[in-house]
Amino acid sequence: MTEQAAPHRGDNPAAHSATGAHAAETMTGAQSLIRSLEAVGADTVFGIPGGAILPAYDPLMDSTKVRHVLVRHEQGAGHAAEGYAQATGRVGVCMATSGPGATNLVTPIADAYMDSVPMVAITGQVASASIGTDAFQEADICGITMPITKHNYLVTDPEEIPRVIAEAFHIASTGRPGPVLVDIAKDALQAKTVFRWPPETALPGYRPVTKPHAKQIREAARLMVNAKRPVLYVGGGVLKARATAELRILAELTGAPVTTTLMALGSFPDSHPQHLGMPGMHGTVPAVTALQKADVIFALGARFDDRVTGKLDSFAPNAKIVHADIDPAEIGKNRAADVPIVGDAREVLADLIVAVQAEHEAGHKGDYSAWWERLNAWKTTYPLGYAPAPEGELSPQQVIERIGRLVGPDAIYAAGVGQHQMWASQFIGFEKPATWLNSGGAGTMGYAVPAAMGAKAGCPDTPVWAIDGDGCFQMTNQELVTCALNNIPIKVAVINNGSLGMVRQWQTLFYNQRYSNTVLHSGPGHDGIAPPPAGTRVPDFVKLAEAMGCVGLRCESPDQLDAVIKEAMSINDAPVVIDFIVHQDAMVWPMVAAGTSNDEIMAARDVRPDFGDELD
Amino acid sequence: MSKHTLSVLVENKPGVLARIAALFSRRGFNIDSLAVGPTEHPDVSRMTIVVQVEDLPLEQVTKQLNKLVNVIKIVELDPVAAVRRELVLVKVRADAETRSQIVEIVQLFRAKTVDVSPDAVTVEATGSSDKLEAMLRMLEPYGIKELVQSGMVAIGRGARSITDRSLRALDRSA
Repeated sequence: MTEQAAPHRGDNPAAHSATGAHAAETMTGAQSLIRSLEAVGADTVFGIPGGAILPAYDPLMDSTKVRHVLVRHEQGAGHAAEGYAQATGRVGVCMATSGPGATNLVTPIADAYMDSVPMVAITGQVASASIGTDAFQEADICGITMPITKHNYLVTDPEEIPRVIAEAFHIASTGRPGPVLVDIAKDALQAKTVFRWPPETALPGYRPVTKPHAKQIREAARLMVNAKRPVLYVGGGVLKARATAELRILAELTGAPVTTTLMALGSFPDSHPQHLGMPGMHGTVPAVTALQKADVIFALGARFDDRVTGKLDSFAPNAKIVHADIDPAEIGKNRAADVPIVGDAREVLADLIVAVQAEHEAGHKGDYSAWWERLNAWKTTYPLGYAPAPEGELSPQQVIERIGRLVGPDAIYAAGVGQHQMWASQFIGFEKPATWLNSGGAGTMGYAVPAAMGAKAGCPDTPVWAIDGDGCFQMTNQELVTCALNNIPIKVAVINNGSLGMVRQWQTLFYNQRYSNTVLHSGPGHDGIAPPPAGTRVPDFVKLAEAMGCVGLRCESPDQLDAVIKEAMSINDAPVVIDFIVHQDAMVWPMVAAGTSNDEIMAARDVRPDFGDELD
Repeated sequence: MSKHTLSVLVENKPGVLARIAALFSRRGFNIDSLAVGPTEHPDVSRMTIVVQVEDLPLEQVTKQLNKLVNVIKIVELDPVAAVRRELVLVKVRADAETRSQIVEIVQLFRAKTVDVSPDAVTVEATGSSDKLEAMLRMLEPYGIKELVQSGMVAIGRGARSITDRSLRALDRSA
């Protein structure tokens, strides 16, 4: 990431120590914390108070710069901070008390770690004298989050608060972004201290490399122009580095095809003729096959995740790999790189453009016409599509596709995890960066509603839609209360198929249609196949929405579809929940079954060889 | 699998050892030996970590270690170009009859007897693991009552210092 929360944009906070002009003021540790948050430019904090963090909430009440959004569950605060960060590009902030408050943040922290989301989590801790005594609401949150944070701090000395906050924001937002947790003992919040800003920071072991090596760039450019079948495999790092303009220039300069991963949707327009779609388990046939047949793959801010590569040893067997990433540990982790490039995606792309131009000027230009003939044939033969729903029923893909068309590419879309997430990735149509929020690495069900809330809080003038499943929605919908009470009018499209759809799909394909515990609309004893009788839904999402201060709408038939979406779009003074009752047997295609080779991609169910039966 | 000796310079802060140990276990690496102590710089500790691992996973674990904010620098020490030492304290059964034989073995290995009692001597020895193993093999027949061994510490041969540049950076920021 090249930019970070104001005011220390792009610089190292260590540099502040040289300026010397420290305005020293005496105040409590809690006041020092709030002043520090104001000074790093945090304008929104999602959280819930409790015993240990209580001192911090007193000065927070008086802050005119920091808005606190009182959530209903700490997990909601964490995902909201993620959504805020992904939508605005600034560091998201969440706050919780010690013990259970802190442990409720663990899932969003792990989620942010997997998806490299810049986030700072601030937790209260029991008083320093009580640490280690199993005191009331004590949990070793630093120990718990050690493997899922980029870094964490336990603060027992109030003097350290400004320095730690400055460092936390710097670490979260630079290099490969990620979550940083700051755990502050209650007595440190209560004690008198001296507040100085800017603080002196010291991070001798933290020096992210952003500038790529010139020799590697030249080698990469040479590979590009000599390739016959290149593919630009673009990951979330390109969005984090705000390098989408550079990506488009490089793609159009070279004429190479582009595939954007789940984390990178919107980094290259879906409508662009060079876009092949998404790679991976539910990627498009052209994207998956292009990677398999490529002779050179440019991996840009991507990490060869198992959901992209399928069975690793048969992934892209003939391709030379140029792997550019800001995290050196990603290079060579899963797939050996022929040309490793450590650097910020924006700088890498900028340098690559210059190097490729130099090759072109020297008369070396790649000829990919034969490659494009094959790619275009795959695109024509295997476009994304879906089987129509039974007469009179809604198909989930159609619902999502119509939302994408009517709401348009300027809106922000957040998804939960499962079938609806994959359909959203396939049928919304992403044209712009920072318009797609989802839980890619961790696969956290329940991400959508709180992430959409965070995005809307950060971008109040942009329409924000959560595309959620009925399973996910029942995990975190309580944050709609937060939305209703805090003027955060998001839209939630519940793709309601009455089941845990993705698991059900696997049961259909690999477990002989034995629907063990995936039916949500009825209890044990139901066969899992018959839809529920009309009017007997538990819970009734429309009534639930209304109870939470939202507008509740329902759509059950294709002829109401556009009208209901438009009605939701017209309501801007309250959150809107639309319960789309869709047919429950729709499946996500294409599909590469887990653990199999990408060569065995299935375009649709009727083209189905022997699948494995491993669910992981 | 081969043995590798890593010298890791870390910030002298609470929890650093836990971070490093946790990282090894999470990534599935077994630590053969680990020694940690202060350096010439008060803010810096040095760990010597010996791991049994193939080259490729070693590269991965080194990169992951480097990502820890408190890790300042990692150097893999070449066994030929480094001095590697361990310390062992061993309590050996000894009576009037065997004591002089044990003392002779101790002198042979340039070790020291640091405590004597009527039926035991305690021996202190430093050296490479090979040397210490050889000594322990010689002492074994007399009866080893108790044994404690340190992790390996190691330093590169020659005038160059791995701490020079990294510590200078630290002085600047302090």
